[in-house]
Amino acid sequence: MVGFSVNGKRVDLDVDPSTPLLWVIREHLDLTGTKYGCGMAQCGACTVHINGEAVRSCVAPVSRATGKAVTTIEGLSPDLSHLLQRAWLEEDVPQCGYCQSGQLMSAAVLLRQKPRPTDDDIDEAMTGNICRCGTYLRIRRAIHRAAEMVAKEGTR
Amino acid sequence: MSSLNASTVRERRGIQRRDFLKVSVAASGGLLIGFQFPGLSRLASAQASVSTFMPNAFVRIGTNERITVIVNHSEMGQGVYTSLPMLLAEELDADWTKVGYESAPVDPKYNHPAFGMQVTGGSSSVWSGLEQFRQAGAAARAMLVAAAAQQWNVDAASCRTESGAVFNGSNRKLTYGQLVGSAAKVTPPEHVQLKDPKTFKLIGKPIKRLDTPVKLNGKAVFGIDVKLPGMLTAVIARPPIFGAKVKSFDDSRARSMPGVRKIVAVPAGVAVIADTFWQAKMAREALQVDWDEGSMQNFSTSQMMQEFRERSKSAGTSVRKDGDAAGALANAAKKIEAVYEVPYLSHLMMEPLNCVVDLRPDSCQVWTGSQFQTVDRANAAKVAGLPNEKVQLHTTFLGGGFGRRANPQSDFVVEAVHVAKAAGTPVKVIWTREDDMRGGWYRPAFLHAIEGGIDASGNAVSWRSRLIGQSIMTGTPFAAMMQGKDYDPASVEGVDDLPYAVPNVTVESHQAEINVPVQWLRSVGHSHTAFAVECFVDEMAFLAQKDPYQFRRQLLLKQPRHLGVLDLAAQKAGWDKPLPKGMGRGIAVHFAFGSYSAHVAEVSVTDGKVRVHRMVCAIDCGQYVNPGIIAAQTEGGAIFGASAALFQELTFESGRLQQTNFNTFPVMRMNECPEIETYIVESKEKAGGIGEPGVPCAAPAIANAVFAATGKRIRRLPIRMTEAI
Repeated sequence: MVGFSVNGKRVDLDVDPSTPLLWVIREHLDLTGTKYGCGMAQCGACTVHINGEAVRSCVAPVSRATGKAVTTIEGLSPDLSHLLQRAWLEEDVPQCGYCQSGQLMSAAVLLRQKPRPTDDDIDEAMTGNICRCGTYLRIRRAIHRAAEMVAKEGTR
Repeated sequence: MSSLNASTVRERRGIQRRDFLKVSVAASGGLLIGFQFPGLSRLASAQASVSTFMPNAFVRIGTNERITVIVNHSEMGQGVYTSLPMLLAEELDADWTKVGYESAPVDPKYNHPAFGMQVTGGSSSVWSGLEQFRQAGAAARAMLVAAAAQQWNVDAASCRTESGAVFNGSNRKLTYGQLVGSAAKVTPPEHVQLKDPKTFKLIGKPIKRLDTPVKLNGKAVFGIDVKLPGMLTAVIARPPIFGAKVKSFDDSRARSMPGVRKIVAVPAGVAVIADTFWQAKMAREALQVDWDEGSMQNFSTSQMMQEFRERSKSAGTSVRKDGDAAGALANAAKKIEAVYEVPYLSHLMMEPLNCVVDLRPDSCQVWTGSQFQTVDRANAAKVAGLPNEKVQLHTTFLGGGFGRRANPQSDFVVEAVHVAKAAGTPVKVIWTREDDMRGGWYRPAFLHAIEGGIDASGNAVSWRSRLIGQSIMTGTPFAAMMQGKDYDPASVEGVDDLPYAVPNVTVESHQAEINVPVQWLRSVGHSHTAFAVECFVDEMAFLAQKDPYQFRRQLLLKQPRHLGVLDLAAQKAGWDKPLPKGMGRGIAVHFAFGSYSAHVAEVSVTDGKVRVHRMVCAIDCGQYVNPGIIAAQTEGGAIFGASAALFQELTFESGRLQQTNFNTFPVMRMNECPEIETYIVESKEKAGGIGEPGVPCAAPAIANAVFAATGKRIRRLPIRMTEAI
């Protein structure tokens, strides 16, 4: 049994502890917002938070989450009210949308650690997240926009 | 898809339109709903208890005021779930906040009006849907107006519509929702009047995408997210070499592994069917397959390119012949020849291929991100042994398409039906990233040899292009698209219509026969012809000691739309403004998919590494619908083209692909992404495409900028300064 919390809910699962967290989230918990892209921590589509840190869930065994708090895109906010989701809406960021869960989860950690990130900070935090459609410029603008909201409204 | 037959079949649109207006009225809800999965319609949940009015195949109006637009093109990021509803909502005078979308089922009434089947490709969704969706909206509006006029006993012509309601005089108003019952009894109009573009409220505005919210909270359903009761998941042990066949396999270890239900040979390889993906993948690793490697076991791309070089020395099939290129070259004051080479490329959609199949004795349901519904359904039906009508294909969101999900053989659908047959339960086949990259259907590698000459005053007098590469059409059901030509137009598109005023032009094509599956990849032939042509024009300009922008201008004086984007890009980029030392600026212009595009790139080269700092893109796609989406597609196209130019190459040694994931086949990342500016030409010309035209200019603009920065010519992609000349 592996026990941890996902988006605030406690789960105990009878799974092989070496199974990547990604597939447990997708196939056992039916939270399909977290995506498979490469299986080797190259693309960032599978990014989730474990205790607030951005983790590539495709290479993290589920055992790594034991006793910890996992947040997926579904837990970022239930109603698109997270500053980043609002900024993403305002910049109309996604194209195909497949990578965007991972982009948002990486950006959320960046914004918590650096409420006014520079372009270099954004490069550093977001370079692990590939977008094949090429939405990078809008992602960058959306992160800056969210940072402005943080300055005005405070973090939520 | 190639742009070539778009123009020829466009002519048939008139007939199509009349048929379309005869589509019968269905007033009851649920007729077309079939399967609803969350995310495909943001209004789906509200629909169940609501009566609806369906004036035609493209729109459903509910008593709750919701307008659902049924979209017959696949949403793969290019924005069709927004731009096509905009067209319909414009003519309907709908309240945009009440408009949603739904993917169309497979049905001839949803055929592409130009291509005659359900398909998303060729950058054609908006121009082909322009009239179709406007007509559908206008027809629905006319029926709602007629119903209101009847109710009020007034002349329909005295009524007006606005924001989802019909008005008459100063005090009468009926909302579309209130008219659902009575409008269903109105006979659909034979003819409708479309709006004067001057009165557009939506078309031409940067309206935000309807599908953004579900892409920010994990609710958007892609093929890989579909889950059915009792569904198993499969991966397939696939041939390590194209054409290899399973000789035998040993599953003694694999079949006793946790969750494994069945291991079975299928035409695509050996399917491992398990409760979950990870169990299937683990068991596949334990599976021993003995392959008959077949005829490709010694295949090497370096040897193939050597053969292409040899072949470029002899004449190919004539594609275009203006004047006497050889004679003019012999008399030219200065000559130049250059050989450009581009590699095989993978589409590399972020969502690897996958397909869900529920096969029953008398039905087959398929869920996948398809660009090719008609073909995929027919191919699935063949394998299922069912008539087409018994097979339904549900189009999910596509996590990128770029052409790969329009496969002539429906490879990823057909194999899933085979696996479902063996599984006896609903099944989802997932390709790993490595499977996806090794799976073929690449953009073919090409060699493009060009010779050119200029006269004593620096005027271009001769041009001979010779291309060698595989055809994407020959041997497929789409060979008809070759229109009886003995060369593949998709191989030479973008050079066969060389726009430059060169009096003597020869274009020749050699078709290479290689058993590597190839197909269309975003911008198809233009993805390589623009690179060769625009780099060579630059080389000619240098030979003539002229500025590359001015040299192009002089040769494009009779091409106003080329000139328009060229001038716009040059002006916005500040072509004449000097750059800091070590930097260079390059320019390129190209016509593809009905649209004109020009890019100016600014680069620096440090320690052999090319860095693109800025790209200025000008686009003329004729009349346009959503400039926000156009900017996104243009930026995305530039990044797609730049990724290929800077990083991407598939190579084979001993028949085996050498690149299998993002680490060896890189995509441009955030820290490498230049500033990109997009400028859209205001135009009343016929609408062109936008999904692909942003791609072709990126590579030549960057390569020409590298020359400006370093004095070294790039003749092979991806750019490696060690190979620069």
